[in-house]
Amino acid sequence: MTIEASYGVPAVAVHTDKFDKVVRSVADVNGMPGFRQVFVPQPVMGKTARELRAYVDGADPLTGRPVMQEVVEGLTRPLDDQGLGPTEFDRSTPRLVAPGTEESLQRLFLENHWTDCLPIVLPTEARVAAMLAKTGRRPDEIVGRMRPTHFREAWEYSVEKVAVNAVMAGARPEYFPVILALAATGVSARGSTTSSAATMAVVNGPIRREIDMNAGIGAMGPHNHANATIGRAYGLLSQNLQGGSTPGITYMGSQGNAYAYGNPTFAENEERSPWEPFHVQHGFAATDSTVSVFNGCRSTAFTLGLREKHWREHVANMLRGMDPHSPPTLLLDPITARQFIDRGGFTKKDALIDWLYDTARMPSSEYWDYQLVQNYLYPRATFGEEPWASKLKAAPHELVPMFRREDIHVVVVGGETNGYWRIMGCSYQKTASVDEWR
Amino acid sequence: MGEMLTVLNPVGFAPRVTRKALAPRLATLSGKTVYLVDCRFDDSDVFLKQVQAWFAEHMPSVKTVFKPISSVYLKDDPATWEEIKARGHAAIVGVGH
Repeated sequence: MTIEASYGVPAVAVHTDKFDKVVRSVADVNGMPGFRQVFVPQPVMGKTARELRAYVDGADPLTGRPVMQEVVEGLTRPLDDQGLGPTEFDRSTPRLVAPGTEESLQRLFLENHWTDCLPIVLPTEARVAAMLAKTGRRPDEIVGRMRPTHFREAWEYSVEKVAVNAVMAGARPEYFPVILALAATGVSARGSTTSSAATMAVVNGPIRREIDMNAGIGAMGPHNHANATIGRAYGLLSQNLQGGSTPGITYMGSQGNAYAYGNPTFAENEERSPWEPFHVQHGFAATDSTVSVFNGCRSTAFTLGLREKHWREHVANMLRGMDPHSPPTLLLDPITARQFIDRGGFTKKDALIDWLYDTARMPSSEYWDYQLVQNYLYPRATFGEEPWASKLKAAPHELVPMFRREDIHVVVVGGETNGYWRIMGCSYQKTASVDEWR
Repeated sequence: MGEMLTVLNPVGFAPRVTRKALAPRLATLSGKTVYLVDCRFDDSDVFLKQVQAWFAEHMPSVKTVFKPISSVYLKDDPATWEEIKARGHAAIVGVGH
């Protein structure tokens, strides 16, 4: 749309048919409802040249008309009213919902796609006021902006709007500063990616104990009220404050992701960790309270402990099982954290991360053939962006690093009932101060 | 009938939408240069080369230029858009999802 709107060049966009609603919606909210779009069958990925030629020679699956006739007409057919501009329209959000009973409002919220399809706590004025009482910020203060994908418009939200969603999730008012900090990151927990990603949030510092968060037994599961409802609030506020997470329009995850119900939210087990806390690694003082956000959570590998003879190979196998576009964050029970020191001598997290970076390698030809590497990293490599440009020069059988070192992370969590540990494939985004939202 | 409740709306604030005009259409593609803009996503290059072959067979008076964007589709690409504006008459962009 940029080339058409900003450069005045007539254009037609070709999409696959599964995306008809979403691309028309994106055109609408970008002020170009008449943008010319043509559709071919899904998928294009993995099809041969001959198969794709059949798409070109065939019909648009949505209109039944020849694809190339639509393309040519899209560039030559005179504009109608929808192609002319400019006009403006406003989309205001009323502060209150029309009054109703508990049952009718629960149904309304569900039908409006305002929930995660589980019952919510209705955000009455009294409940929202109690939530707002736990921050020094004004209810009308703008917290941030968020959007489900790069191509959609960012929506804005106030402290009160975050409080409404916190109430809906069942969060207690004392959790509110953590939830505001999550909202302030601007990182959506309801991204629209077809890869069905979720987010993960790690809480550090004194707030963990103040609100009784769990860093021990069952920390990543549904066993602690603060962990569970803060994670749920992050999901609800994301979908509602960014303008939706509706399948086919503002959510396109092909398979969906169960992690998105609660967005794994837990405290780091700082007391039992042999290393400095995660937030201290990222420039905060140990006495600061923070929440760190990771997105792209889809894949998990796990094992038990580190065996004396082949622990290096076992870890290498786990790393090789990750998609190279989804870097590893190690979630280590304290037992395993200490084993990494005993086995490998990694007295600092940095030393362990160095070793992980060196260990996670694969032949260049295999690396570059991953579809996500082709989609997102190969284009950057071909235009000289490092480290991918140098990696592209490797011989086909040369072992190349799967990940950038700065994308590899380690967090300690767990209750030491055993030395199970896992690798979450995800991307660290940022660490936000909780104290600023008290 | 149960107690009537008043509750707050959980939805954020949408930005104002400003409608933008589309570019004027061409009277014909004959003799014109059409850029085939490769989004570099999910084998879009293979698809657009088939579009290029179609033009060569069915509308040979149209000059087509296959043009991969400069990086990933998530980044704006003003250099490519400037080139198309300077040297082309129209663009076919694909393949989006």
